[in-house]
Amino acid sequence: MSDLLDRQLLFVTGKGGVGKTTTAAAIADLAARRGKRTLVCEMDAKGAMASMFEVSTLRFEPLEVQPHLWAMAMNTEDSLREYLRVVARIPLVGRIGPLARTFDFVADAAPGVKEILAIGKICFEVRERHYDLVVVDAEASGHIVAQIDAPRAIRELVQVGPVRDQTEWMLSILGDAQRTGLVVVTTPEEMPITETIELVGKVQSTTEVDVAAVFANRVLPQWFEPAERAVFDRLCEPAPQALLAEAVGARVSSVFHAARLAESRRAIATEYLARLRESLPVNVPVHEIPELFTKASGRRVVSLVADQLRTELP
Amino acid sequence: MARSSKYSLADLLSAKEMVVVCGSGGTGKTTVAAAMGARAAATLGGRVLVLTVDPARRLATALGLGAVGNTASQVPDTAFTEAGVECRGELWVAMLDTKAGWDDLIRRHAPDATLREQVLANPLYRNITGRFVNSHDYIAMEQLHDLHASGRYDLVIIDTPPSRNALDLLDAPGRMREFFGSRLLKWLTVPYRSRLFTVASKPFYQVADRVLGSRFLQDIAEFFILFQTMEAGFVQRATEVERLLTDDRTTFVVVSTLEAAPAREARFLADELRRRRMPLGAMVLNRTLPAGLRQPAVAKAAVKLREVAADAAAVRELAKTASSRPAQVRDVLVEVADRFRDVTVVAGREAERRAELETAAPVTAVVPTLPSDVHDLAGLLALGGHLLGNGSR
Repeated sequence: MSDLLDRQLLFVTGKGGVGKTTTAAAIADLAARRGKRTLVCEMDAKGAMASMFEVSTLRFEPLEVQPHLWAMAMNTEDSLREYLRVVARIPLVGRIGPLARTFDFVADAAPGVKEILAIGKICFEVRERHYDLVVVDAEASGHIVAQIDAPRAIRELVQVGPVRDQTEWMLSILGDAQRTGLVVVTTPEEMPITETIELVGKVQSTTEVDVAAVFANRVLPQWFEPAERAVFDRLCEPAPQALLAEAVGARVSSVFHAARLAESRRAIATEYLARLRESLPVNVPVHEIPELFTKASGRRVVSLVADQLRTELP
Repeated sequence: MARSSKYSLADLLSAKEMVVVCGSGGTGKTTVAAAMGARAAATLGGRVLVLTVDPARRLATALGLGAVGNTASQVPDTAFTEAGVECRGELWVAMLDTKAGWDDLIRRHAPDATLREQVLANPLYRNITGRFVNSHDYIAMEQLHDLHASGRYDLVIIDTPPSRNALDLLDAPGRMREFFGSRLLKWLTVPYRSRLFTVASKPFYQVADRVLGSRFLQDIAEFFILFQTMEAGFVQRATEVERLLTDDRTTFVVVSTLEAAPAREARFLADELRRRRMPLGAMVLNRTLPAGLRQPAVAKAAVKLREVAADAAAVRELAKTASSRPAQVRDVLVEVADRFRDVTVVAGREAERRAELETAAPVTAVVPTLPSDVHDLAGLLALGGHLLGNGSR
């Protein structure tokens, strides 16, 4: 397995709410800072990626958001337009507006068509080597297999025809672990961990895409060493608390309450992380991103997470 | 817990028959739905059903949810007794099974057995039902309609599927209805040969043929010709389901945490519900830090604690009481005091978002971060207690 940032195409997925978009932006930011021409693409058009880089909107046409880093938002209609122009050489680009909307509806109904238009555009950028690295803020874990496996699904479903003809070269990119990898983002909580373990299994058994890494996000810092933890517990007992209340004031109990809450959440998170590591195949590394206690948002957060990734990724 | 209005979630659940719980992924939606149901059954009484989508395994086991889809089972009274609560009503739980839901729909609407089997055996059927018009969402709404119409329950609480976009759920019945009336379906289902000669569809056909290939188009068309035989039934049902969403007896509960992305989604969802005249009854703010942490007096206590840690005599005395070494006590106190700043940063962020979300719905229920995850009935009932409000009315 090659190093994460040496690949050419990384899909970033994860259960909703775990920080998938932030992580994708941070991976792209880190690669760009290392001098790689990088494209980051948001697949679900929710606009979250635009706020990461503090631009108003992202479009299909990539926008240079910082040196070496371009950002775009996937749009299947534009992808179709580009496909028709570049590959199928159909000369009706000017008139395609309403046509594409109708097509959109067929694509909705016909299995895999939208997915392949999206994935096709991504693979095209990789094949043409317009960038050193393409980072995809991909579908959430529930839909990611349908997305990355679209070319194979189409190949099985469609006996013959132009769509099928396009799948071969896409599969050669997607199935090449030197070039392509899937990154799964999770948080150390029950449902995200369970989903991650299931997803990694499913991706490995049903698709040809290599699982490159799992990122555990928002890992709470460990407040105490084990010995200190015991001391902390004893300090929480009534007698020391009475002494502390005398010296500090009654509100000291709230301060200790916050510490206890953080410690118990941390202890649970540690168990889930252990379960994650045990359950994943040995060749899938787990990287941790600590909880960032910051009021920052946007570029600042991207850069803070990228700093954390830098220590994890050689 | 202080509330922004005199109504509580308990009042809302007493007044309504259907509750749609929505919000972005990772907010604890499923657990909140189950907790509301458990508490409602226990204290409000009546027969309550929670229809859940994808519960954490331990929670599912605790509720007696097996792998069996679409059939409701009752949580036994003894389980409540063991959790230290007497249940006035009945708690029923069921899990949403999209595949079974679709098969049921086909069985119901197919005009005859031959067509039914043809649809169920069609290779495109699984693929298409898995994707088009957001079939998960449609099935969820369909099930809600069914369960309510059965008259078996006083209250049905439905946990919604993880949508790419929460609006898909609200729009699913409408899209289903429109799909059958669409030009696309008409075009796809006219006989293949005459389709070639329809002038209006010529450029479209050219594109579709170049991209998809005529063979694939033909397969799709064949499937939709089968599907069209069920039009009347599907359209009628979708209309009924759509009507249910704006019904007086229905209410929406939006669940959010106070993190940036879920909070943004929750506000957006609240606006969209209003626009669609779908009644947002309550906003649940889940996993919040205790509001008291932001009081200046508490911050001052943390600063003072740091000073105490530097006071060798005070540390020695504490060490004696806590039977620990003074150096360790000092380190622990420093850690507790310093880390408190991290907690207040988060609490500050939360307070701002909380203020924004509190005005969105008639009822706001605030649930504190719990020291451990919920995976049994006792935990659900405790969480439900926070939700339904033991606090001020």
